[in-house]
Amino acid sequence: MKILVPVKRVVDYNVKIRVRSDHSGVETNGVKMSMNPFDEIAVEAAIRLKEAGAAGEIIAVSAGPAAASETIRTALAMGADRGILVQSDAELQPLGVAKLLAALVRQESPDLVIMGKQAIDDDMNATGQMLAALLGWPQATFASAIAVAGPGIEVTREIDGGLETLSLPLPAVITTDLRLNEPRYASLPNIMKARKKTIDQLTPEALGVDVTPRLRTLRVEEPPRRQAGRIVGSVDELVAALRDEAKVI
Amino acid sequence: MAVLVLLVHEAGRIKTPSRAAVAAAASLGDIHALVAGADTEAAAQAAARLPGVARVLRAEAPALAHPLAEPLAALLVSLAPGYSHILAGADAIGKNVIPRAAALLDSQPISDVCAVIDADHFVRPIYAGNALAHVHSADAIKFITIRAASFDAVAETGGSADIHPVTLPELATPAHFLRAELSNSARPELPAARVVVSGGRGIGSAANFALLDPVADLLGAAVGASRAAVDAGYIGNDSQVGQTGKIVAPELYIAVGISGAIQHLAGMKDSKVIVAINKDAEAPIFQVADFGLVADLFTTLPALAGELARSKAEQA
Repeated sequence: MKILVPVKRVVDYNVKIRVRSDHSGVETNGVKMSMNPFDEIAVEAAIRLKEAGAAGEIIAVSAGPAAASETIRTALAMGADRGILVQSDAELQPLGVAKLLAALVRQESPDLVIMGKQAIDDDMNATGQMLAALLGWPQATFASAIAVAGPGIEVTREIDGGLETLSLPLPAVITTDLRLNEPRYASLPNIMKARKKTIDQLTPEALGVDVTPRLRTLRVEEPPRRQAGRIVGSVDELVAALRDEAKVI
Repeated sequence: MAVLVLLVHEAGRIKTPSRAAVAAAASLGDIHALVAGADTEAAAQAAARLPGVARVLRAEAPALAHPLAEPLAALLVSLAPGYSHILAGADAIGKNVIPRAAALLDSQPISDVCAVIDADHFVRPIYAGNALAHVHSADAIKFITIRAASFDAVAETGGSADIHPVTLPELATPAHFLRAELSNSARPELPAARVVVSGGRGIGSAANFALLDPVADLLGAAVGASRAAVDAGYIGNDSQVGQTGKIVAPELYIAVGISGAIQHLAGMKDSKVIVAINKDAEAPIFQVADFGLVADLFTTLPALAGELARSKAEQA
């Protein structure tokens, strides 16, 4: 089984983001960037399938600026075999990315695409579903467990009110939820080894994909700030405040 | 032009996020509501009673017995001509189906919309709600999921729409449903609850989560959790409140043993009244709380249950 794992370079989850003063977006210059956390879970899931003997080659792919090759390198250090960067300095939105990934899938013919359910920058939660649609493949989003079952896979999904398990034939697209696994840290020897792994470079033009953004961002604003309230001294005081002041109980 | 809202139903009732999507669609055009399933009689009747719904489309087929993305997306695509917008609540089903249907019609979906400015202009949170993006879509058919916490769901009764049957297009559905494990809780569901009581890592264990029960019972509250508590295995992920879990905006949110990571605040900071109980006076949760109590949760929770019971008895 060949697995394609898309990874996205995003503002590190620990960074407190700042809206640009001209409201054109969120400041990303000089900010620490990392692999999207859900994509780390996807890389880990692919590596575990490989370690279990169920998967052969793992290809980590990213679309974005030249620096996104660092994100691919992180996936290679975790255990992916090779990388592909679709280099573009343009703004990429989920539909454009899904089209780029569909083009790569047609080139590489993987049996499975495993990717994060959502990127923590645009919080769109859409690219995996869109890729599955464009390929005409079945999808299993929000995965909390993956098991190889005969010629297909069984995926347990996080749904409202609990879990459901689906059976899918391959090829298929899986998007990862946070309980699927705990991603490993790359060891120093593996980081060294990853330097020798290849990252092929492509462009949207070379793949024949139009990535023109469909959504125009008019402006980005800070959300209204919540004022801190007050510290109460006791449970009695708390209950009285909720009953007599806030009138919510 | 009319707009189409995909409704999620259970036991013949329309779920709260779907009713919030109906509310959000009100300014966009005549609302047609889609009810899909293998047995939709009661749900179609319930949809017809929603205020603001002009027409109910009822799709009944064995292949729709479980709300899988593939048949639902195919159904939406077959119905899409004639609609300017196709909406759903940003629940597990809406998030799964809407982008798939959008891609089939070469449209970029607009996820988790928290305000509708006009037919092309929407506001949505990005970076865990730490910024709000105003976006303009020029796509012919706009696919949208609605953040339920940002709209007052329409009531369950008041309308009287006609019900029209529609057919599911023929398609091979390669994925199939095997089984579900649902938590059979008598409590209200998180997105619909008037009060939410949530526990964090400070709760300390799965068994200790039961300490929240008496308080939740007295308040008729849903029980939620921070991602840290879910990661630690104290409670299921369907209880997670936060950027990657449920987004809630109840009248009263009580955070117990929750430090207040940005990730968690993203899921609850629009609550009307926030109470924080934490022994660490420096915890960031206190910066968003209306009422904070710096105390040990293990002694506070039983005391709170006692005092709530006393207060309830006095008010009765």
